[in-house]
Amino acid sequence: MANKGWDEFEIGAMLRTFEGSIDNIAATRQEDRSYTENSSYTASVADWRINKPVFNKDYCIDCQFCWIYCPDVSIISRDKKLVGIDMDHCKGCGICVEVCPTNPKSLLMFPEQADEETEIAQWPKKDEEEA
Amino acid sequence: MAFDKMELRDIEVWDGNFAAAQALRQCQVDVVAAYPITPSTPIVEGYAKFKSDNYVEGEFVMVESEHAAMSGCIGAAAAGGRVATATSSQGLALMSETLYQASGMRLPIVLNLVNRALAAPLNVNGDHSDMYMVRDSGWIQFDAFSPQEAYDLNFIAFKVSEDHDIRLPAIVNQDGFMTSHTAQGVHTMDDDTAFNFVGTYNPMNDMLDFENPVTHGVQTEEDWHFEHKARQHNDLMTKVGPKIDETFEAFAKITGRKYNQVESYDMEDADVAVLCMGTSVETAREVALEMREKGIKAGVVGLRVLRPFPFMEVREALKDVKAVASLDRSSPNGAAGAIFNEVCTAMYAADNRPLMSGYIYGLGGRDLTKAHLVELYNELDSNVKAGKVTTQLQQFIGVRGPKLAYL
Repeated sequence: MANKGWDEFEIGAMLRTFEGSIDNIAATRQEDRSYTENSSYTASVADWRINKPVFNKDYCIDCQFCWIYCPDVSIISRDKKLVGIDMDHCKGCGICVEVCPTNPKSLLMFPEQADEETEIAQWPKKDEEEA
Repeated sequence: MAFDKMELRDIEVWDGNFAAAQALRQCQVDVVAAYPITPSTPIVEGYAKFKSDNYVEGEFVMVESEHAAMSGCIGAAAAGGRVATATSSQGLALMSETLYQASGMRLPIVLNLVNRALAAPLNVNGDHSDMYMVRDSGWIQFDAFSPQEAYDLNFIAFKVSEDHDIRLPAIVNQDGFMTSHTAQGVHTMDDDTAFNFVGTYNPMNDMLDFENPVTHGVQTEEDWHFEHKARQHNDLMTKVGPKIDETFEAFAKITGRKYNQVESYDMEDADVAVLCMGTSVETAREVALEMREKGIKAGVVGLRVLRPFPFMEVREALKDVKAVASLDRSSPNGAAGAIFNEVCTAMYAADNRPLMSGYIYGLGGRDLTKAHLVELYNELDSNVKAGKVTTQLQQFIGVRGPKLAYL
């Protein structure tokens, strides 16, 4: 990509997502897709984040709300089970926490530098009033 | 195909607007996103009616502004459709931001621009200030001098614009009211001949190609922006001209009507010439013939293509002429006229540089009369006799009040 001349790239302000043609991409996991170097999949935007979501699997009911609502497809789900968060692409918007329906929530926002294990150990208890 | 064909007479009486609308129908444009404005309104209105009457298979998108109209066209073109719209004056001004998007994204869109003055003061009549406003926008610009040419140039514009070596949007200009609302005999093509000339749209990097996903309209900073703009300029300077010539040839083969990037009338032995655009060309041609009866060898050069500017063709057309007047129908507002500038650039390195002068005329639809042109040709004749430009380089003609001349 670097140092290409004006006559050495495709016309138009246009970039390709994948190397070559794709087939059945919806059934292909991100890590198995042939993303080009221009795809944002290979770029980290982790430094945009001030607060980060922490996932506590003890309370998760695998409703997939967070996976559906995440605007950056940063909730990693396997076989309809939440397995983690793509911290290279999560921008810390907090939408996943907002939509999480469990009590207590299975996802909570913490400062970027917070230690995950410590926070999970001090996870809030069930809110009896709300229940 | 699910739409009906229309029977046309060999010659129909159409104004420029209806001629353009018929061309959009015959090209079977997929999407027209439009916000109608005087005097271009009947073009998109015409397409909408053809669609309602099942003469075209496409979509008419009603939007909330001209900015949205061109944005809709850009989206549809990126998706992979044949796309067109029409506008004038203030509408084009509001569109101008998106015009640069369309050309930079290399999307073939045809815009019928019915030339009209720019406010203030508000004016609905024809001059070329809107055409000039977007001359650096990276669009190809054709100019029709009559309804016939408004019809023909639409087909040519699609053909050039959609070529995969070109992929640049194109404007077809016609004079507001003088062409757009003046009905004349227009030689037509039947629907099949017309459609076959432009052909079925062949998309490139379209967003509806799900096997090859692309992102359109990306951001580049100081690391890549310059290369993109250089590529676009290079293609305009080197590829578009030959493609236009090739398309003019192909069009002549099926219709017998041969266009040229620079149209020359009575230029073979001309000593003095007027170079202009739009409906003024016809007036100048008539006056040139009359000047010849008076012993002044007058000719006319009509600029068919404004962008990419046909420098070499202009140089060829003016190579033997002794004095040439460039007529600009737009106020340069503190500079020389745009056509005057381009013609000077074209002739700067010519072996025989003619005496060059510029005239500003016809703003806001003010008539350019035959009397004006007689005086102008006489002035050029005086220049030739004196061996120098005897007037200032820039003069206003047809304006009331004390004589305006500069440079």
